[in-house]
Amino acid sequence: MPRGGWYSVGVVLLFALLPFVYGNHALLFNMMMYLVLAQGINVLFGFTGYLPFGYVGFFGAGAYGASLAILLVHLPPVPALFVGAAVSVLVALLLAPLLRLSGAYFAIASLAASEVVYYIVSNPHLVSLTQGPYGISLAQVYNSGASYATMVVVLAMALAAVVYLRNSHMGLALQAIREEPISAGFAGINVVRERTRAWLLSAALAGLAGGAYAWHVSVFYPKSVFDLNISVFAIVFTLFGGVATLVGPIVGTLLLYGLYNWIGISQPEYFQLVFGIVIVLLVLFLPNGLVSLLRRAKIHVP
Amino acid sequence: MIAYTLLAGLLFGLYFSLVALGLNLVFGVMRLINLAHGDFLMLGAFLAYGLYSSAGVNPVYAIPAEIVAFVLAGVALYYAVVPRLLSSRDPEMLSFILLFGLSQIIEALAVIAFGNDQRAIPATVFGIHPVSLFGQTFPAAWAVSAVVSAAAILAVYFYLYRSRLGHATRAVMASRDEAASTGINVHRVSAIALGAGLALAAIAGAFSPFMLGSIGPDMGIRITTVSFAVIVIGSLGNPLGTVLGGLVYGLGLMLMETYFPSWANLLPYVLLILILLIRPSGLLGKRVRLA
Repeated sequence: MPRGGWYSVGVVLLFALLPFVYGNHALLFNMMMYLVLAQGINVLFGFTGYLPFGYVGFFGAGAYGASLAILLVHLPPVPALFVGAAVSVLVALLLAPLLRLSGAYFAIASLAASEVVYYIVSNPHLVSLTQGPYGISLAQVYNSGASYATMVVVLAMALAAVVYLRNSHMGLALQAIREEPISAGFAGINVVRERTRAWLLSAALAGLAGGAYAWHVSVFYPKSVFDLNISVFAIVFTLFGGVATLVGPIVGTLLLYGLYNWIGISQPEYFQLVFGIVIVLLVLFLPNGLVSLLRRAKIHVP
Repeated sequence: MIAYTLLAGLLFGLYFSLVALGLNLVFGVMRLINLAHGDFLMLGAFLAYGLYSSAGVNPVYAIPAEIVAFVLAGVALYYAVVPRLLSSRDPEMLSFILLFGLSQIIEALAVIAFGNDQRAIPATVFGIHPVSLFGQTFPAAWAVSAVVSAAAILAVYFYLYRSRLGHATRAVMASRDEAASTGINVHRVSAIALGAGLALAAIAGAFSPFMLGSIGPDMGIRITTVSFAVIVIGSLGNPLGTVLGGLVYGLGLMLMETYFPSWANLLPYVLLILILLIRPSGLLGKRVRLA
């Protein structure tokens, strides 16, 4: 078993078995969704240093891709999910030139890109194709159990992707690019190819999560699947736990989404306040996240 | 029709220059992107709204209060976090994330303090007569906002090019280290620039009820993105280039709203992406930022 493998199996089994003993399935489902998105952010930001503020654009593209495959082509939900992921990857390919930008420029440009996708999907002129601002209804294929199981599988795929990056040449290459792109190039790493692969992998994970989400809720509006808060949550959960590790984003998501579920649903503004304070304190005092505390104590973190 | 559109584009262009000017000034001096820029604009809007609704103060007379409050806030913010950030391992990314956290805090506090309702200041505060300009008539609020914006831009010009402090500020923009080595108090200059940047955002905020629609705690991030588009078009780090960016954006927006209204929302984002990909230095700039 590669390092981190058993942790991943444990997390997946936990979410596969918890529904039998714990009744709040919506919480479990959303937590899995954010675990997937946080690991997707981790693949891109943790390993390559690109912070995708517009990550939700891939999530929404996956949700719409899968839904339209069900509604227009009458595919069954599971194959439609892969259509959704393919749509996300296609969007990522179109946006790959953004990777030429660095740092904050990339972050804001990716935010702008997700808004472009949102305004196109929700445009009233495209009602015949996307239902425009009126949203999507998948009531005819609604199946809460099967879509939950699908998200468990998507979670397993996301964790497997990060375990692979933590143990492979590709993961090391990406981290080398993050630290010193020019030196990495001298060391024989194909910088453009490796970071594009990370970008597409990250987009595919968000697309799968979006498709599974669309199936699970089965009625949604463009505003809800292109909500910037989805990007924000996934980014902060990842940063809070610690990037470029398997465990960091898991810990960050379980703690902060747990907190959100506790105070955020009834009083979102108080949660947002705590959230903002956490971000500021994190940057000032613990820029490598919670897991860096373990590292300081000389404990190995997968 | 076209004359009306172009003139309205000019008025909005001047206003959008003011909206983005502070963001560019802060970027030019400190090389950090103030992700909370739009949230400070929102606070400025609420200050003007508060003065109007409690004491009937015309937004034009709210400007001195905006300047005092936000210059102080900017100086305090600078000394609280910026020197610490600039000495860290990855100042650009960390400051970006920190300011993002700050924007979340401001938005949350605004919801707690003011509630989620959308507010407006009636445009009749500037009188009920429309203004006539080259044979076209416009709401008086548009004209007042454009005049205030032009005055603020001129003030920034005099600050940067006609004052001692401005010379020092431009020296810090050119090179922080070399400016420090010639004896310029870099921290003082930067703190004042951050204060000026926030004050400019707040002044723009005072007129946002007339130019951007109703005000609410959640308006910040959209305004930050639009401002970023404007300064990228003009050119990053060149405060007066902002005016060119603002005019291009204002004219583009009015043309889109006249001829392709349902696609007008896309404009700032598409412009931003295109400029970053085709000419990342902006229309006036020399500096290129590529990975």
